[in-house]
Amino acid sequence: MEILVLLKQVPDTESIIMIGDDGRSIKTADLKWVINPYDEFAVEEALRIREAQGGKVTIVSVGTDKAVEAIRTALAMGADEGVLINDPAIAGIDGLATARILAAAVKQIPYDLIIAGMRAVDDDNFQVGSAVAELLEIPSVSMVIKEELDDGKIRCHRTIEGGIEVVEASLPALFTTQRGLNEPRYASLPGIMKAKKKPLETKTLVDIGLDASVAEQTTVNIVAMQPPPERKGGRIIEGETAQEKAAELARLLHEEAKVL
Amino acid sequence: MSVLAVAEQRDGVFRKVTYEALSEGKRLADGMGSDLVALVLGSNIENAAGELGKYGAERILVAEHEALAEYLTDQYTKVAAEAIAAENPEVVILGASTQGKDLSARLSARLGAPLAMECVAVRVENGNVVATRPMYGGKVIAEVALNGKPQMVAIRPNAMSIVETQGAGNVEKLAVDPGESVLQFVEKKLETGKVELTEADIVVSGGRGMGGSDYAVVEKLAELLGGAVGASRSAVDEGWRPHSDQVGQTGKVVSPNLYIACGISGAIQHLAGMSSSKVIVAINKDAEAPIFSKADYGIVGDLFEIVPVLTEEIAKVKG
Ligand SMILES: Cc1cc2nc3c(=O)[nH]c(=O)nc-3n(C[C@H](O)[C@H](O)[C@H](O)COP(=O)(O)OP(=O)(O)OC[C@H]3O[C@@H](n4cnc5c(N)ncnc54)[C@H](O)[C@@H]3O)c2cc1C
Ligand SMILES: Nc1ncnc2c1ncn2[C@@H]1O[C@H](COP(=O)(O)O)[C@@H](O)[C@H]1O
Repeated sequence: MEILVLLKQVPDTESIIMIGDDGRSIKTADLKWVINPYDEFAVEEALRIREAQGGKVTIVSVGTDKAVEAIRTALAMGADEGVLINDPAIAGIDGLATARILAAAVKQIPYDLIIAGMRAVDDDNFQVGSAVAELLEIPSVSMVIKEELDDGKIRCHRTIEGGIEVVEASLPALFTTQRGLNEPRYASLPGIMKAKKKPLETKTLVDIGLDASVAEQTTVNIVAMQPPPERKGGRIIEGETAQEKAAELARLLHEEAKVL
Repeated sequence: MSVLAVAEQRDGVFRKVTYEALSEGKRLADGMGSDLVALVLGSNIENAAGELGKYGAERILVAEHEALAEYLTDQYTKVAAEAIAAENPEVVILGASTQGKDLSARLSARLGAPLAMECVAVRVENGNVVATRPMYGGKVIAEVALNGKPQMVAIRPNAMSIVETQGAGNVEKLAVDPGESVLQFVEKKLETGKVELTEADIVVSGGRGMGGSDYAVVEKLAELLGGAVGASRSAVDEGWRPHSDQVGQTGKVVSPNLYIACGISGAIQHLAGMSSSKVIVAINKDAEAPIFSKADYGIVGDLFEIVPVLTEEIAKVKG
């Protein structure tokens, strides 16, 4: 089974995000970068499938030089190869342009199954995985918490409001991960040593048959960024007993906040 | 010129976000001097579809086919893409539900259309949509300008108000060809009676302070309030609650009128998922817990003492 994982490097979720001086990007200097948590699920699931069925796991990422770390971490977890599409033209592109680049890159690699995250926790677009599948004209199932492969088919349990839905697709197919799918392993020390020797190829847009015009097709542009409205700590409700505090809170919610 | 709102129904019942999308679509259409058109996909939905005129739809396009009874990405994408291409609207608006996200992502790629996901506000400037949407799990609020046609906005459930304005509501049945699906629907398992977190007006969440999987005190309060039960990631990791209950940067983002956090410390990833709630209440035995610095009202105390009496007191004021 040839499995591709679409992997993005993002700021650690612990990060405090500061807005840059241009007012429409973030300050990146002090950030710690990690594999997008949903893509970590994707790597883990790919490894489990390979362990069960044999095959190869290839990481595909669009990013800058820095993204090499994230790919190496995935290789240290156990993935076999990495491909980084790194090109100066790529800065500031939108989700659809990213999907076009990924689709072009993926077309150069044999695959039976592609796994992506349901969302990247930086732009929160919830878009790129399904868009890549659309561009490749293969089936996609999003927000998957369980999958079973059998006889050229993949049966996916996907989360929907208030429950789950089970859908089957024939391979090749793409699915996107949802929390609950698995618990990603940590990279072991031998894994980290081995990862250093694993193939990691960097490609430009031209190498994948595109040019800068793909980036110019960006039609979603960030024009401003703001911190969310500052929440100030409000009132700590005092009282002698639990009863007194609870009664006062109920009154405030009813009369002052008017939410009851 | 038109604004097209894609309605979402499940088993013939429209989801709340559909009314939000129509109301917001109507507002945009008015601003652009154009009409709101609704698009409904499904099986046996013609009767229900007429209702959408109440939210400002001048025309209601009904794509009815038995193959559309259950949501399947490819057939819904094909039918919606063809209807949109024929209608040629300036703006397509829909709910960023699990279905809406899946559909809009594929549609945007098929149509080559710009898409803004999980929008909390939308406006039109010189014919272009400018959408406000949280990024970095709510740590940043971005404004994005869309360029192209149609411009697609998927709105976050519960973020926009529902406004009733009567439109002509003329139902037009479309000729539909869903084609053969490469997907097979197997089954749908729904928890009946469960209030969906992202749609709830009130959320009561329990964290590691719950100390175990017995959420009875929190559930009782949520039930009284007609709200949903949420959880922190720690509670989910402990196996006390299902993943679908997790609120936060890697869980669900909620913006209810009232969020009550019980035994939750207020980690940055949790705050990202709930800080856009209108009113936040924290109940925690540690007066230093960071959650208090974000809460409108706080009670320092043991949740097992406070929550049951709070439930009684709220029952009293609600009458
Ligand atoms: C990649 C990543 C993603 C993450 N995503 C999320 C996410 O989406 N959502 C999320 O919630 N977290 C997330 N986290 C985890 C987050 O960092 C915190 O660990 C988690 O939110 C803590 O949960 P908690 O507040 O329930 O537990 P704790 O931090 O342990 O806090 C428990 C609180 O309960 C109080 N308490 C204990 N007993 C009682 C009692 N009897 N009465 C009243 N109060 C009591 C304590 O004083 C304490 O403040 C993520 C972490 C990582 C690394
Ligand atoms: N730059 C990228 N490189 C590789 N994969 C990406 C990239 N951006 C997004 N993806 C994939 O698409 C998923 C959804 O991302 P998004 O649509 O940006 O929320 C991610 O979890 C990744 O699997």
